[in-house]
Amino acid sequence: MILDKKNIKMTPSPHLKKDISVKRIMFLVILALMPTTIAGIYFFGYHALLVIILSILSAEIAEFLSLKIQKKKFVMDGSAIITGLLLALVLPPTVPFWVPVVGSFFAIAIAKHAFGGLGQNLFNPALVGRAFLMICWPVLMTRWVTPFDAVTTATPLAALKMQNLVIASNIDLFFGGIGGCIGETSALAILIGGIILIALKVIDWRTPLSIICTVFVLMLLLGQDPIFHILAGGLMLGAFFMATDYVTTPITGWGRVIFGMGVGLLIVVFRLWSGMPEGVCYSILIMNGFTPLIDRYIRPLPLGIKKTKVNER
Amino acid sequence: MNIRRFIWPLSYKGVQVPDSKLSRNNRVEKAKIPEIATIYLQQHIGAPCEPLVEVDDYVSIGEKIGDSKSFISAPIHSSVSGIVLSIEKKNHPSSGLKKEAILIESDNKEKWIDREKLNDISELKKEDLLHIIRESGLVGLGGAAFPTHVKLSPKTKIDTLILNGCECEPYITSDHRLMVEEGDKIVKGAEIFAKILDAENVLIAIEDNKPDAISIIDSIIKDYNLNNFKILKMKTKYPHGFEKTLIFLATGREVPLFIENRAGLPADVGVVVQNVGTAKAAYDAVYEGKPLIDRVVTVTGDVKEQKNLLVRIGTKFSELIDFCGGFNGKVEKVVMGGPMMGICQNDLDISTVKATNCLLVFGDKYKDKNLSPCIRCGNCVKVCPVNLVPTDLAKYARVRKFDLCKANNIDACMGCGSCSFVCPSKIELAQLIAWAKNETRNIK
Repeated sequence: MILDKKNIKMTPSPHLKKDISVKRIMFLVILALMPTTIAGIYFFGYHALLVIILSILSAEIAEFLSLKIQKKKFVMDGSAIITGLLLALVLPPTVPFWVPVVGSFFAIAIAKHAFGGLGQNLFNPALVGRAFLMICWPVLMTRWVTPFDAVTTATPLAALKMQNLVIASNIDLFFGGIGGCIGETSALAILIGGIILIALKVIDWRTPLSIICTVFVLMLLLGQDPIFHILAGGLMLGAFFMATDYVTTPITGWGRVIFGMGVGLLIVVFRLWSGMPEGVCYSILIMNGFTPLIDRYIRPLPLGIKKTKVNER
Repeated sequence: MNIRRFIWPLSYKGVQVPDSKLSRNNRVEKAKIPEIATIYLQQHIGAPCEPLVEVDDYVSIGEKIGDSKSFISAPIHSSVSGIVLSIEKKNHPSSGLKKEAILIESDNKEKWIDREKLNDISELKKEDLLHIIRESGLVGLGGAAFPTHVKLSPKTKIDTLILNGCECEPYITSDHRLMVEEGDKIVKGAEIFAKILDAENVLIAIEDNKPDAISIIDSIIKDYNLNNFKILKMKTKYPHGFEKTLIFLATGREVPLFIENRAGLPADVGVVVQNVGTAKAAYDAVYEGKPLIDRVVTVTGDVKEQKNLLVRIGTKFSELIDFCGGFNGKVEKVVMGGPMMGICQNDLDISTVKATNCLLVFGDKYKDKNLSPCIRCGNCVKVCPVNLVPTDLAKYARVRKFDLCKANNIDACMGCGSCSFVCPSKIELAQLIAWAKNETRNIK
């Protein structure tokens, strides 16, 4: 019997591969973001829907153009869709339509492809996009409205910070219906998506848990309402969808715990002692910068490294 | 319990692989005796043998046809009776390179050498037993083919002998069938090993996807009243059958990576691991006077009939596949060994060696997916059974930073391939790491 040498494949072991791909992981993340997206559209209407669509479209176009300039092959792997969608979810529902387009282009072209493309970026592209917009157009980026009737309002965190007012109960914060970014109002919707991702083992439970626990404990010690701080602002979205981004967070389990604790600590610092009402975006970006350092020093202990006593005969 | 090991646990590591043990209920059949047996002079880890026969010599079954003066080596024996055709270079299944082999044409008379059969081994001394095992050409039959007599003469005190019947790779069922059908011989073989080593405890590790083997071995142990034998029921997970992983899971001891500028051995922590197939071969060698001339090979995958075959060493792959009814449809890969660590073959004119435990045929339904860059998902870190960071090692390997590989303990890698298995980007991490590990050999 002779093998047909044209059709035979010579590959290294293992010859079995798990049925998992980058595309599928990205698709699952998009799916898990759907409750949040739908909640945002439900609360803020067509304008929010258009912002989301524009953001995703321009992210995908930016991805295509960036790859074209670098003469690389364009693959629709879904990572640009996630960046676009996440960016839209952290924008106020009132932004003019050019804002998500500019933000997406900056996120994809500068924060992602200028660093080397998929898997190479140091900072979360969506958050870099938001930070860029926040610095350039701070007024546009802080125009909040109430859901459904679109009356100008302040976010619960801003009201607490500026006027020392509690304008929303924790139950409102949990189910939604408060002023804030498109994707931030309903903690419940984020939680559904986050738990789906944790159950499917797409994201690590350690990062969101350590962020939430750190904020809870610190706020409790500092005499604040810990539940309010966990549910308000972008903490839930950041903990479940931004701080669990594979590329920009540590690779080991304990590294992720330390990363989460750092994010939690910075959130508390920003919220209590900075001039801004909110700091999730900057906290995660700062900790993104620490990721290579964490990965360098937090390494698993390989088998057989510790000194063992030799049996004497 | 070591605090650093508590922070970085190992016990839950590994991957769930598809079971795919298609031939688990098929009895072991005797395969056809090869017309021409190709016996490679290098069948084991260590020095290759020197041929002891010349062209046109007549050899019987079990006659020693090659040996080496080196300690780490094992002699080879003729698996057929007949005339030596030639001594020439043939493609070797483990490397694909041309290696010296002795070709013997069978006369189908099945003439054996004179065999010394024993019923009682209590009078034999340890040295005698070791001598028999060495002269029978025993090597580890789990796949690595390390000479058994070397493993059985450790310089340290051994308190535990582990008999490895995990067979954690998918598809392979040769050890499983051996345990079910010849469990008594395995237990007696383990007794021989325990006697040589003075080991107080004997653990027989079997994964829980083989309940029939567990119950059979258990009843044999009870029948023979062996109080120091114990069955270790393992969770079915890859790579629980690897020596160092198995030792850690069974005893909590870690085989050190380095001891006094040499690589650590299981004997350094007082453990010796032997495959169940090796134990059966030791029984054959000591009680029946039969050297290692055949072994059980699982032929599975896309062949017409999946079979467990008792195969003479030196049988061509093509003869085995013909015996199983030929290929089932178009063939894409033929692998010697299991799907996780097996070696691709590009020719069926290659013959089996002592380490061949499986011949696996993949049809064209096993498509490779598209590659993408590493997204640092951490799956490889999550599964690595020796707690390495495979993606980083592969990254250093790509840019030839071998000193960084060394500093990050690349030597701990056992090459199990779990990292490549779980990688969503389909990066061949295990291959990159194996290559870099080889390159770091010269760095002190």
